[in-house]
Amino acid sequence: MKKLLQLKSVHKIFNEGTPDEKIGLSNIQLELEPGDFVTVIGSNGAGKSTLMNVVSGVLYPDMGELLIKGKNVLNLPEHKRSRFIGRVFQDPMAGTAPTMTIEENLAMAYARNKRRSLKRGITKKSKEFFQEAVKSLHLGLENRFTAKVGLLSGGERQALSLLMATFTEPDILLLDEHTAALDPSRAALITDLTKEIVSKHRLTTLMVTHNMQQAIDLGNRLIMMDKGQIILDVDEENKKQLTVERLLEEFQRIRGEKMASDRALLS
Amino acid sequence: MFALFSALESGVIYAIMALGVYLSFRILDFPDLTVDGSFVTGAAISATLIVHGQNPFLATIAGMLAGFIAGCLTGILHTKGKINPLLSGILMMIALYSINLRIMDQRSNVPLLGEDTSFTLITGFWQKLGIDGAVNNLFTAIGLGGSLPKTWGIFFIMAIVTLLIKFATDWFLRTEVGLAIRATGDNKRMIRSFSANTDSLTVLGLGLSNALVAFAGALIAQYGGFADVGMGIGMIIIGLASVIIGEALFGTKSIGRATLAVILGAVVYRIIIAFALQIEFFETGDLKLITALIVVCSLVLPKLLDARKEQARKAKRRQLHRQALERKGEEIAATKISS
Repeated sequence: MKKLLQLKSVHKIFNEGTPDEKIGLSNIQLELEPGDFVTVIGSNGAGKSTLMNVVSGVLYPDMGELLIKGKNVLNLPEHKRSRFIGRVFQDPMAGTAPTMTIEENLAMAYARNKRRSLKRGITKKSKEFFQEAVKSLHLGLENRFTAKVGLLSGGERQALSLLMATFTEPDILLLDEHTAALDPSRAALITDLTKEIVSKHRLTTLMVTHNMQQAIDLGNRLIMMDKGQIILDVDEENKKQLTVERLLEEFQRIRGEKMASDRALLS
Repeated sequence: MFALFSALESGVIYAIMALGVYLSFRILDFPDLTVDGSFVTGAAISATLIVHGQNPFLATIAGMLAGFIAGCLTGILHTKGKINPLLSGILMMIALYSINLRIMDQRSNVPLLGEDTSFTLITGFWQKLGIDGAVNNLFTAIGLGGSLPKTWGIFFIMAIVTLLIKFATDWFLRTEVGLAIRATGDNKRMIRSFSANTDSLTVLGLGLSNALVAFAGALIAQYGGFADVGMGIGMIIIGLASVIIGEALFGTKSIGRATLAVILGAVVYRIIIAFALQIEFFETGDLKLITALIVVCSLVLPKLLDARKEQARKAKRRQLHRQALERKGEEIAATKISS
């Protein structure tokens, strides 16, 4: 079967040639099979968000190839790539338009993979479809269809963002710490919704998270990043036995080795 | 009474300009100063074409198209040239000044005296209908027959045209493209993640906005009987004043409500100006000063009122709290005494 997402030797350096030079991504090789749900963990500055931004087209890599369904998409600008990439951001305010109503937001998300025309944005038929979709969130939002999204809470907005990013079944779903800005109970709700939606549509998903337990609980594969590199790749079998402690040990082991080798270089 | 009537007449024409400003300023969240130039472009093109014997309606539409192009250019400066929105508007405004002079053949004023304009044609058509007599009789009957205007044609026809433009705008903002344009002003990052090209949507939005502004410019030139290279100075502020006054007085609950509020705001603004100029102290040259003051007031007053309301609420809450504490103290004292 064709690989869904392929990154080949992707490099990205920020502020190259200045004192602020920083390695964003260094020789990333990553392949996702259709239906894969990969969680990505790593400390701050490990390159998780850079990886997301390179895949979604916000950043252009310095080197390497990026293929979706075997097609090179590196030269497609962000808005064209988003026809087949759904995204949910960390900031609950980022994924929705606050001065527009719930149904208008849904209509915009629904128009993702076609050319926008001068047809009515919201028709009777699409309205019914939106109603059904919003009901699946179990938040009672279907009764507030004409409310402006700015009036919703952070958790509600994030749930809506998740729905909007997924209900057109994109080829790839990118989740960038989408529960990090929520309180624990709301975060748990969004995590459950994520699980439900991803398995319902069998979406190929790449999810960045700070939360190790979440990274272990969700998905069928886990990768760990550090200093722009993928330092650990755990497949489905091994992931079942994974615990936070073992993950921390592993992290320590790899980092310790690296630090030792650095010191060895210096001495 | 007569001043009030001409305020109504010019108000419904300027309302079209205000709708244009609403599109850029509110919908796209783009403070577009092109308006000062594109208003004159519309006026200059229509006046020049009319003087050269073209059909006034065609001349008006030509002015509108020129405004569309000017707006698109501002959008391109901003999106492709990465120039800050305010600066792209100012650059376009300055550039248009020279272009407007060229359109008017290097004259600063093109008079339309004795020419057939859209309004002479409208009035001619209207007078055949014989509605004026009926309306004036009505006013005389209710005792307001003192100083009636010559014709109601301009007011009624322009009110209809402005309302048609309003409904077209409402309809457009609910189409798929319209929704995407609104989202571009609301949350660019979000609508880009739903495969919308925010650059071309910004260009289109600014084009439409300035098309409306130039359309109003073309009509004002024919209404006033001349196009002048300086007639656009401060137009953005007049547009803003209309938008802000309208929103404050009539609300923005939905798109349809907001566009209606903008139209009414433009009329109210004209009425305020008409009354202000009746005050003897003011000269006609003070018009821009008065406009600036109106905008400052309509921006500052609502905030002051809100702050005052908030203070009153807090004072009341404090008082209730104090009373509750006192009561509690009495209760404790009472229990101590009884025990």
